[in-house]
Amino acid sequence: MAQVNRRVMPGFRLSLGFTLVYLAVLVGVPLVACAVTAGQLPPEQFREAALSPRAQNAYVLTFTTALAAAVISAILGTLIAWVLVRYDFPLKRFFDAIVDLPFALPTAVAGLVFSNLYVPNGWLGQFLVPLGIELAYSRGAIVLVMVFIGFPFVVRTLQPVLESLDAESEEAAHLLGAGRWQTFWRVILPAILPSILTGFVLAFARALGEYGSVVFVSSNIPNKTEIAAVLVVNRLEEFKYVEATAVAVVLLFSSFVMLGLVNLLERWSRRWDR
Amino acid sequence: MGPVRLGIAPKSRDPAWVRWGLTSIALVALAILVIVPVVSVFVEAFANGLGAYWNNLVGDPDTRAAMLLTVVVAPAAVISNLIFGVAAAWAIARFRFPGRTLLITAIDLPFSISPVVVGLMFVLLFGLQGFFGPTLRANGFQVLFTVPGLILATTFVTLPFVARELIPVMEAIGPDEELAALSLGASGRQMFWKITVPNIKWGLLYGVILCNARAMGEFGAVYVVGGRVAGETNTMPLQVEMLFAGFDTPAAFAVASVLTLLAVVSLILKTVVEDKKREEPSSLKKT
Repeated sequence: MAQVNRRVMPGFRLSLGFTLVYLAVLVGVPLVACAVTAGQLPPEQFREAALSPRAQNAYVLTFTTALAAAVISAILGTLIAWVLVRYDFPLKRFFDAIVDLPFALPTAVAGLVFSNLYVPNGWLGQFLVPLGIELAYSRGAIVLVMVFIGFPFVVRTLQPVLESLDAESEEAAHLLGAGRWQTFWRVILPAILPSILTGFVLAFARALGEYGSVVFVSSNIPNKTEIAAVLVVNRLEEFKYVEATAVAVVLLFSSFVMLGLVNLLERWSRRWDR
Repeated sequence: MGPVRLGIAPKSRDPAWVRWGLTSIALVALAILVIVPVVSVFVEAFANGLGAYWNNLVGDPDTRAAMLLTVVVAPAAVISNLIFGVAAAWAIARFRFPGRTLLITAIDLPFSISPVVVGLMFVLLFGLQGFFGPTLRANGFQVLFTVPGLILATTFVTLPFVARELIPVMEAIGPDEELAALSLGASGRQMFWKITVPNIKWGLLYGVILCNARAMGEFGAVYVVGGRVAGETNTMPLQVEMLFAGFDTPAAFAVASVLTLLAVVSLILKTVVEDKKREEPSSLKKT
């Protein structure tokens, strides 16, 4: 339908040419510069820089906190999307709108606030710290801000899918004698699982590269609470460009893997569309 | 088993305790994650009274400079990506060509790259030992630690917003009206301004709002590229960090409150535009 003869519709060369040049200059050149810089290093030196004990600790911390945050985001996001689509309650539009706030709020503000809420005399810390839950400047705080920036991805990918579920298959399951749990596990969940996974991967990918909010809430101690993105900046500030680039290449590689995964998942979730 | 109830909407089938239970958990989670933080920004900012708040905002020349800088950097990045977004959406939604799917993925790329890595890539390009750095410096240009560098990094990070928003909008509208205009003798330029732009205006505005919100809040990339020179290359988010690191928490919250207010305004605008956008295609179908 949208396919139009290039001789009839104007602007093909101009728009495509501009798009390609813009992308090549703004995205292509920096990526190539990064790849060339990393490629110029002798392999042993690169390996040493990318896999130093400090870097390894940062990867493990980044991976585990991002994974924990993505799992929490997936569960919480599914619950919020479910409630927003299926139930009616007062101020529903308001609650629906504020799900997007983490997208709009600068990460530095999120970091500032979360670093302040959970200290012993903070709004939430005053209740949690006496219970032995000390989130401030810990790994728990890193997970918390990652959930904050991650859960909207799950809600927003899942919401349209939940809305488009046809009531008929649920009615059919019900008529055939399935209980509510059975209907959920056997009928609803298989239909929404690809979207939950897509949201999960988006939240995970975003958390892997997050810097702005984490740098506020974490104590950023090397080998303990220093995530990979913070390590890149710290190395840069020490003028250790080789180490910074090596860690950045690892981060870059992981984001490419995530992007591929999201594309695969989206194809899977559309498998019954035709 | 009880009598089979036909024609009951599935949403009313969950018993009340399940509905209330799940709704309460979801809303409490939203309150703790989103509402409490936003409210606390304003409470902390105004903790020492209105006078102290005002003084924190306009009394410090570095903070004033940061606000001005954000008002320069964000629109520059938005305009640049707006032009790109329209061009990319036109090429992708109106034509089929080899590598089209790859191009769509390439446009999404900046979303998945960590902002810190973006900053590093520009350091590798324009730094003292970088690829272009020495040549540019010899000719009197410097990109790192300057405003153009901040704009460049912000543009990279916010590149996909307008294009991503416009591609589905243009696909949904289809080329029929544009083709009609052309067949009636309109020039390409007339067709673009009189048919295309009015058709996509809400989608365009939506993309601009998202792009601008992200551009104003960008932190990691400008942190690396800008070098955080107070009063010169500190945008508002960087100024928040600098004040926080200098233990001037009330001032940090004062600047943060302005950013939060901007985010809330963006959110409201976005919701309004979303409704307009939803009305648009249906009104097209009717005619």
